[in-house]
Amino acid sequence: MCMCRCSSVLFVSSAVGLALERLIMCASVKYGSRGPALIPRMKTKHRIYYITLFSVVLLGLIATGMFQFWPHSIESSAEWSLDRRSVHDAPLVRIPMSSPIPERGDLSCRMHTCFDVYRCGYNPKNKIKVFIYPLQRFVDEVGVPISSTGLSREYNDLLSAISDSDFYTDDVTRACLFIPSIDVLNQNSLRIRETAQALAMLPRWDKGMNHLLFNMLPGGPPDYNTALDVPRDRALLAGGGFSTWTYRQGYDVSIPVYSPLSAEVDLPERQPGPRRYFILSSQTAIHREYRVELERLKEENGEALLLLDKCSNLSQDLASVRKRCYKGQVYDYPQILQESSFCVVLRGARLGQATLSDVLQAGCVPVIMADSYILPFSEVLDWKRASVVIPEEKLPEMYTILKSIPHRQVEEMQRQARWFWEAYFSSMKAIGMTTLQIINDRIYPYAARTYEEWNNPSVVKWSSVNSPLFLPLIPPRSPGFTAVVLTYDRIESLFRVITEISKVPSLAKLLVVWNNQNKSPPEESLWPKVTVPLKVVRTKENKLSNRFFPFDEIETEAVLAIDDDIIMLTSDELQFGYEVWREFPDRLVGYPGRLHLWDHEMGKWKYESEWTNEVSMVLTGAAFYHKYFNYLYTYKMPGDIKNWVDAHMNCEDIAMNFLVANITGKAPIKVTPRKKFKCPECTAIDGLSLDQTHMVERSECINKFASVFGTMPLKVVEHRADPVLYKDDFPEKLKSFPNIGSL
Amino acid sequence: MQAKKRYLILFSAGVCLILLFYLQGPASRRTPNRGDDPHPHWPHFSDPLRAFIPWDQTETEDYNVRVSPRHKRDDNSGAYKCRMDSCFDFSLCGSNGFKVYVYPQQKGEKISESYRNILSSIESSRFYTSDPGQACLFVLNLDTLDRDQLSPQYVHNLKTKIQNLNLWNNGRNHLIFNLYSGTWPDYTEDLGFEIGQAMLAKASISTENFRPDFDISIPLFSKDHPRTGGDRGYLKYNTIPPFRKYVLVFKGKRYLTGIGSDTRNALHHVHNAEDVVLLTTCKHGKDWQKHKDARCDKDNAEYDRYDYKEMLHNSTFCLVPRGRRLGSFRFLEALQAACVPVMLSNGWELPFSEIIDWHTAAVIGDERLLLQIPSTVRSIHQDRILSLRQQTQFLWEAYFSSVEKIVLTTLEIIQDRVLQHNARSTLMWNRLPGGLFTLPQFSSYLGDFPFFYSVLGKQAISVEMIVVRAGFTASDVLTMFLYQIIVLWNCDKPLPAKHRWPATSVPVIVIEGESKVMSSRFLPYDNIRTDAVLSLDEDTVLSTTEVDFAFTVWQIFPERIVGYPARSHFWDSNKERWGYTSKWTNDYSMVLTGAAFYHRYYNYLYTQYLPGSLKSMVDQLSNCEDILMNFLVSAVTKMPPIKVTQKKQYKETMMGQTSRASRWADPDHFAQRQMCMNKFASWFGTMPLVHSQMRLDPVLFKDQVSILRKKYRDIERL
Repeated sequence: MCMCRCSSVLFVSSAVGLALERLIMCASVKYGSRGPALIPRMKTKHRIYYITLFSVVLLGLIATGMFQFWPHSIESSAEWSLDRRSVHDAPLVRIPMSSPIPERGDLSCRMHTCFDVYRCGYNPKNKIKVFIYPLQRFVDEVGVPISSTGLSREYNDLLSAISDSDFYTDDVTRACLFIPSIDVLNQNSLRIRETAQALAMLPRWDKGMNHLLFNMLPGGPPDYNTALDVPRDRALLAGGGFSTWTYRQGYDVSIPVYSPLSAEVDLPERQPGPRRYFILSSQTAIHREYRVELERLKEENGEALLLLDKCSNLSQDLASVRKRCYKGQVYDYPQILQESSFCVVLRGARLGQATLSDVLQAGCVPVIMADSYILPFSEVLDWKRASVVIPEEKLPEMYTILKSIPHRQVEEMQRQARWFWEAYFSSMKAIGMTTLQIINDRIYPYAARTYEEWNNPSVVKWSSVNSPLFLPLIPPRSPGFTAVVLTYDRIESLFRVITEISKVPSLAKLLVVWNNQNKSPPEESLWPKVTVPLKVVRTKENKLSNRFFPFDEIETEAVLAIDDDIIMLTSDELQFGYEVWREFPDRLVGYPGRLHLWDHEMGKWKYESEWTNEVSMVLTGAAFYHKYFNYLYTYKMPGDIKNWVDAHMNCEDIAMNFLVANITGKAPIKVTPRKKFKCPECTAIDGLSLDQTHMVERSECINKFASVFGTMPLKVVEHRADPVLYKDDFPEKLKSFPNIGSL
Repeated sequence: MQAKKRYLILFSAGVCLILLFYLQGPASRRTPNRGDDPHPHWPHFSDPLRAFIPWDQTETEDYNVRVSPRHKRDDNSGAYKCRMDSCFDFSLCGSNGFKVYVYPQQKGEKISESYRNILSSIESSRFYTSDPGQACLFVLNLDTLDRDQLSPQYVHNLKTKIQNLNLWNNGRNHLIFNLYSGTWPDYTEDLGFEIGQAMLAKASISTENFRPDFDISIPLFSKDHPRTGGDRGYLKYNTIPPFRKYVLVFKGKRYLTGIGSDTRNALHHVHNAEDVVLLTTCKHGKDWQKHKDARCDKDNAEYDRYDYKEMLHNSTFCLVPRGRRLGSFRFLEALQAACVPVMLSNGWELPFSEIIDWHTAAVIGDERLLLQIPSTVRSIHQDRILSLRQQTQFLWEAYFSSVEKIVLTTLEIIQDRVLQHNARSTLMWNRLPGGLFTLPQFSSYLGDFPFFYSVLGKQAISVEMIVVRAGFTASDVLTMFLYQIIVLWNCDKPLPAKHRWPATSVPVIVIEGESKVMSSRFLPYDNIRTDAVLSLDEDTVLSTTEVDFAFTVWQIFPERIVGYPARSHFWDSNKERWGYTSKWTNDYSMVLTGAAFYHRYYNYLYTQYLPGSLKSMVDQLSNCEDILMNFLVSAVTKMPPIKVTQKKQYKETMMGQTSRASRWADPDHFAQRQMCMNKFASWFGTMPLVHSQMRLDPVLFKDQVSILRKKYRDIERL
């Protein structure tokens, strides 16, 4: 096979070479008279040879470029010729009368008994491979096709969507899931026995193992079974209208009945809220007993209900599908659905109703009354958030039940309904992809999509927070905390800080981050003697981010970030800070607080360090936080914030505050009254102007970060934490943290 | 020239090779598309295709002529396996709500410890009724837990005993608990008697036998499993990075033959004695020597080298392979130890699978892919490990830590089915504080609970109201956040005349308590419209500033009680009981509800969740209602309440004048509260209160800065 290809390619290249050679010969004839300008001292014969060679090389390079950079264009143009294929060109397959019929579906089938997981194997992408059988036209012995519609538009859409997706493979040997091209979406158009025989004739059928059938309209008159009647061995069934008795939980997939209106009508999303009607019923084929009951409800509640039916006075044609009537008044369907808060979806002959899709599209909350119906994609979708399921028996109580639902919940359901439609119902592609994703999640459960990913519309995904430290846990005091001191070369002050911190009872370890590459840290003997382990880490670059690196040396959960010049904090203040952190391990716990404000004149955020009544950030010149946030800062900081901080040598604390507030949705905690790290006299020397540039720069950081985060995550609070007996009239000796209070 | 030629040939050959390489390279990458395969992708057919459903058939009309759908529904009942629709009589639950009847225990009937625990858990729950006429669900007095014929606990003649029950009715609305079924060699799931239409709450149930939304899968628990309370999870820290000493561990029996032996026999292939430690022993049963194979001695020696507890606590993942039956004790052990369970039990319907999203707390493996398990668990990202681990702890404490929780969860699941559209949503079950504390009857809307603000991305609402109890003087606590005032007139004196009431800008609603008992202060009155409730005693003196500040704090912590005076508890090791103290201490664990903010949901929870016995005790003593509320809220949140700053006169005024003050001075009063604490702790099965060492003050509280700068300046003025 390989040899064969090589030779064919060789042939192509030599053929091209020949053609070019001739072209260049002509050219060289022209230039020949002028003499050897380009390549002197060489015979014409050779020159031609060389030019030919160079052209071949050039051509080769161009061809390479073409293949490298426009592979798709080449491919699609190749396919374009296939594009004009007709369904009628598909090969005809005659089914012998005696061809075997598969067994009826086995109700006890589960993934671990009827599905061959070895075919899916282990792959790093955790994605199953799906193979689609090429289209064939099956006919019986006398030439009658097995299906009256043949390949339907919807099934064709579904298959081409799968074929265009990441799931698709055209290599049958690598496939994990097989999809027949035999269209069984609508059982009514099928000849059951022959369809079953056709399935069994598929080359990889193997008792239906790993085969997936899509069916939306199961059963037929008079019984209307709730699952496809075609015998199908062990094949998985993605069916619309399963009942709890036919649905094999964890094996079959319940899918919606696709509504063709979805493609035709564009209903813009409406804001959730109260609508003109409270309840709307738009189905035309409602059992007369139920219609009587609905009419009774209408009598009782009047205008709140709108009960629509077919239009008897209009001609029965394609357009009549889009009209509904009430007492001679004509309404446009499905537009009218948008005028109601709740829309009734009653069972028909089948449990699955295409109306459900229309209702969801309209952002109307479906009231589903179909006992024992397995709702579409119920394995992953939380229908309680988008619908109301009422037993058929309780139809007369529908109005009271719906009235008891809080308004805000109805609004959320309206939004959720629309989102379900957009994500999972809107097209055959959406339905197909969701089905495959569900099966994929079963095969690679450890990489499955989460409840939130399935159910939260993007608005909620955006605004809700899932704190990574969600368990309410007050860690024990005993492990203590690790103090991380970032230093450059202020050794004297550093040593004082170390001596001071070492007095804090819960200090477990001291980690000095030596950020000066030009100078070595002092000798071991020169360091102050402390009772806890002291480690010095040398960094490769002088970056502010180094202070937030999740060093392996930090073995405690709690980290105290502290600058090498902060000597004012008392041991009581630090110990108390640690105690508060234990109560709020998912927050930043710091001393001086800062605030962000919206500057209306400038139309942007402003940084505030004045004596405010509010706090939205704490300085990390001395702050307790969970080591997880170090990891987050170093590896998960959005955008280029980290580089910005390192480049500007400022705002690392603001970045940390943004990060923590964004992921937890919580404000930091300011402890103790402390407002400044340094004594007021010391800062006075710096002068006002320096202070002002500082403020401008900090404000700039806030604006920059807010734009990177796409929102302002900081939360403002008006409280700070003090010891229980702070400033109380109580003997200082008996207070746990007496030495708190200096500013 | 010769050389030139040679070079030329060489050169051209090189060029050809390069060309070949380039041309073939991309081609081979797309090999399958070309060559003999006729359909690289699904072709785009140009001819018009028909819709799968003709336009005139979108709704099937012939349904209308058929029999009544009601009849069709009834037809279902006998034909298939049971479902709620077909085998459960909802009408029994209609009028009286969800009540559970336990058949009275008969003399001489042997009942195991575990089953006794189950029954007493039901009997002490709020669902219990002793009147079968009111019951919606029936629980047997016959021990059905162990249906292994070879077991000493096996109850004989169960079949006839059950048939003789007067209310059996073919098992309709009955719930049967079972832990073990079947016996060697095939371990079927047959209970040895006809269960009829009864629901099964069964351990180790397989997906094939499981009747979805009808049966309930419960975890296998040992006879030592505590009845109430239960130990907390072992997780104390969230270490970063979240890896522990071992990646994956298992220690257990190995079955040499028979059902369930395949997986455990194969474990040694994965064992590497370093970070994946899977140990098995053949030493179990009387005649293990007879069956032993070549590996047994080596395995047994390795098995004895490791301590199970040590492994459990130091491993990131714990393997939970099937035993003879599908479930094993390893599951709950791993869950409690915050060791993420790796399930290796094909076809096991996981415990409470109806409501618990196990993907968030466990790794579900496939027995057939045992060899892939190590690489699978190693590929799990550390962020995910962190969240899986925390979720194991949440689930353990919410649903599994005691027999009572397992039983209550079972009952609540059934109640949810009865409630239908009012049932809890997946979020309520899978988020803190869990389904047992989230009562769906309160509201079906998540935003009405204080726990889901962050999930919904919602801010707390900024309206509040005040409940003043018994009398009024509190007219000066009007704040801008106030929505309305409700006065509970709990005293025997008649209501004062209308003109004597102070004029207020918000509505005042007076409710005359009928029973005049303490618990009525926590009744979930319909008049309470706002999320925040400020509960006040009539003698409380608070300034507007203090209330405003406390309210802003409550908005940040809506799930906790935010109050002023605080109290503390301690363990009195001499007397072996809990002590109560009202002294000024450096920490606290309760705040008094004589002046406190809390979410109105706690009124509902207090009234509905707590048993009658505790509430009536409070009413009789006219005391301890605040302690009980603190117990409840801390049990829900696992967090301390929050004390905010106040002017220091509160305590003194309370001690000062009124009738109530004398109560505080009474030594009996104090002894009562001590007793309450211990009673409550024993009902909760554990001490839910948590200490806090901090108080929340306004940011500029008592700072040496101009008072004009301060927002809450009145708090500092005495």
